[in-house]
Amino acid sequence: MTTTHARPAPVGGRIITPFFVFLCVIMGAAGIVLIQRFVFGLGASTHLSDGYPWGIWISIDLIIGTAFGCGGLVVAWLAYIFNKGEYSPLMRAALMTSLFGYALGGAAVMIDLGRWWQGYNIMLPWLWNPRSVMLETALCIMVYIVVLMFEFSPSVFERFKMRETKQRMMKIMFIFTGLGCLLPMMHQSSMGTIVILLGYKLSPLWQSNLLTLYFLITAFTMGYAVVCFESIMAGVGLKRPIEMPLLSKIAGVMLWIMVIFVTLRFVDLTATEAWPLAFAGGIESASFWIEMLAAVGAIALLAPIGNRSQVRPLFLASVLMLTNGFLYRLNCYLIGFNPGEHYSYFPSIGEVLVTLGIIAVHVAGYLVLVRLLPVLPAVGRAKPLPAAAVAASH
Amino acid sequence: MDINRRQFLSHATAGGAAATAAVIAAPEPAQALQRAPHPRKPEALGLLYDSTLCVGCKACVAGCKEANDRPVEIYPDQESWNPGLWDTGKGLSAKTMNVILAYRDGSMEVKDRETDGFAFIKRQCLHCVDPSCVSCCPVSAMIKDEVTGIVYNDADRCIGCRYCVYGCPFGVPKYDLEAAVTGKIHKCELCRHRLAENRLPGCVETCPTGATLFGRVEDLMLEAKRRLVLRPGDVYTYPRGDLNGRVGPDTPPHDKVIEAAYLPEIYGDRVLGGTQTFVLSAVPFDRLGLPHGNVPNHSYATETEGIQHFMYKGMIAPTVALVALAALAYRSSRQHREDDDNASDADEGGR
Repeated sequence: MTTTHARPAPVGGRIITPFFVFLCVIMGAAGIVLIQRFVFGLGASTHLSDGYPWGIWISIDLIIGTAFGCGGLVVAWLAYIFNKGEYSPLMRAALMTSLFGYALGGAAVMIDLGRWWQGYNIMLPWLWNPRSVMLETALCIMVYIVVLMFEFSPSVFERFKMRETKQRMMKIMFIFTGLGCLLPMMHQSSMGTIVILLGYKLSPLWQSNLLTLYFLITAFTMGYAVVCFESIMAGVGLKRPIEMPLLSKIAGVMLWIMVIFVTLRFVDLTATEAWPLAFAGGIESASFWIEMLAAVGAIALLAPIGNRSQVRPLFLASVLMLTNGFLYRLNCYLIGFNPGEHYSYFPSIGEVLVTLGIIAVHVAGYLVLVRLLPVLPAVGRAKPLPAAAVAASH
Repeated sequence: MDINRRQFLSHATAGGAAATAAVIAAPEPAQALQRAPHPRKPEALGLLYDSTLCVGCKACVAGCKEANDRPVEIYPDQESWNPGLWDTGKGLSAKTMNVILAYRDGSMEVKDRETDGFAFIKRQCLHCVDPSCVSCCPVSAMIKDEVTGIVYNDADRCIGCRYCVYGCPFGVPKYDLEAAVTGKIHKCELCRHRLAENRLPGCVETCPTGATLFGRVEDLMLEAKRRLVLRPGDVYTYPRGDLNGRVGPDTPPHDKVIEAAYLPEIYGDRVLGGTQTFVLSAVPFDRLGLPHGNVPNHSYATETEGIQHFMYKGMIAPTVALVALAALAYRSSRQHREDDDNASDADEGGR
């Protein structure tokens, strides 16, 4: 077994690069907007209105951001439960991305909460409303962030040579792996149930009794695609070999999930007679077709077995799957949402800056942590990049 | 009188969209998992708004503002011609919890006529029998009173997530986005603070024609049914204030000749699971901006809660799944851990 995967090791290298500084500038700009938001209120910093109470901080930062954080979910399923560790080179990077995606999604909610100073109310059991889909979603996400920390903790223990702590952690890791497989399925599917409540305010192109299932599916498709995308990006950007055998095996699973998703959507749209709206023109139709074409494109790219072992088609397919999932969720929460009465919404510069700032934290955090912690698989066992080497460089 | 011009035009020209929406009206039952709808509360309180009686004076809007201490509303695009005294709200907002809007079509010659006519509509919280906002609130800050059925917000619980604003099918709860740190949800609470003092809701007390009538929901339903059998030319004695004359000042009824035929439907009887505020009108309800034709006769909350209940009842299914998953993970992690330990021994030995 040891020969089937390389051990994770810190990548090493400089942290402060021009790109890193660029990310910090975006974070700084987002910070200024946050001051504006907390001093002058939501109205002063966003384009939210009486018709559009939820903007991109919810739809992109939370609903889509946590879907980008579903790499940990799918890799956990494959690695620990079905494949006995075969996928573990991808494991830690995926868990780290998940941790960022979820923690930052949670941060976005705190920024977006109007009465944030009583946000702790959601943790008071005597105020819980068990009928609320959002309560389940919120509590489940909070628990999952803690679970992700435990799942990721071995990297930190290794870095600081806390061997005994790590071993003790590994002994009870199966509990967190179980939770890591289950919890995201719960709250990701609930994110679909949340918009079922919108009823007629959500365009029939997206309103469906199957929204719960669709959000579960897109959690998996986006999770897969993120793992693929990130592995290839890390391979190219950090000049490392790409884990092609693993990625191509994942690609086969991706293909079938996408086929099921598109088939269900097609049958559903036909049954509810929603197709005329797809040809009605306007931004909803356009967004619908880009979403659908991205899915079909990903399927077409992944269908030939030969494509699945090549970097270029695989990378393109993962980008298309991310586009599909991103737009599907944006359509369900924002573009397909029509509160009537001539309300319109386009995010303010401040809202965009905060969202970009959150992405910048994510990317910068990734770059720092892969250099410092044993996250990515070491490049060949003959050429180790041990933690000691990084520590010595400081 | 303020009339929301853009809105009427939209209703008049949005025929295409409305027709498409009607095609995809939700079938019933919507889905297998749906929970049973909530029944009406026997002592529920509500309003009956009769659009054919409304003269559009907006006294109720002013009455509501006074009763609830809300400021005059002037939109930025109105500031050039509105120096600040004229309340010109275009719809419900954090400042305006009750508003009169108008429908107009063509030459607007005749009141309560769909074609070349005009009509008024009062928008406010309808106090749903099975409210989405109460169902969706994670911290139980939206509350439906056990006796009166009045739906109100408890700001001390509210975290400001605005899911109620997002989810309400009538677009009623509004969050005060302009407030820096004291924002909260504003919605009609049927002046429950005034009812506690045996005073009528602000909008009812000020209504000169009885277009807005207060009463027990059961009584209001009977009153509405009595009006539906009236024909143009009939004379009817319309009550004012409290239908039963128990709350508020004694206001005499008035006789009026029926001019426009009522549509044979009590809006709020069944729509979206029923409401405690009813609307009677001679102009189709969707023209007045009310969800109609494209909405089911059950609350959307019955659908979301049905799914929620199916998956999480007693947390049994998640617990079983977790045990199974953890057992699988335990089985595969034993082998995995041995490999890890061997490997890390090798690594540290090499340093």
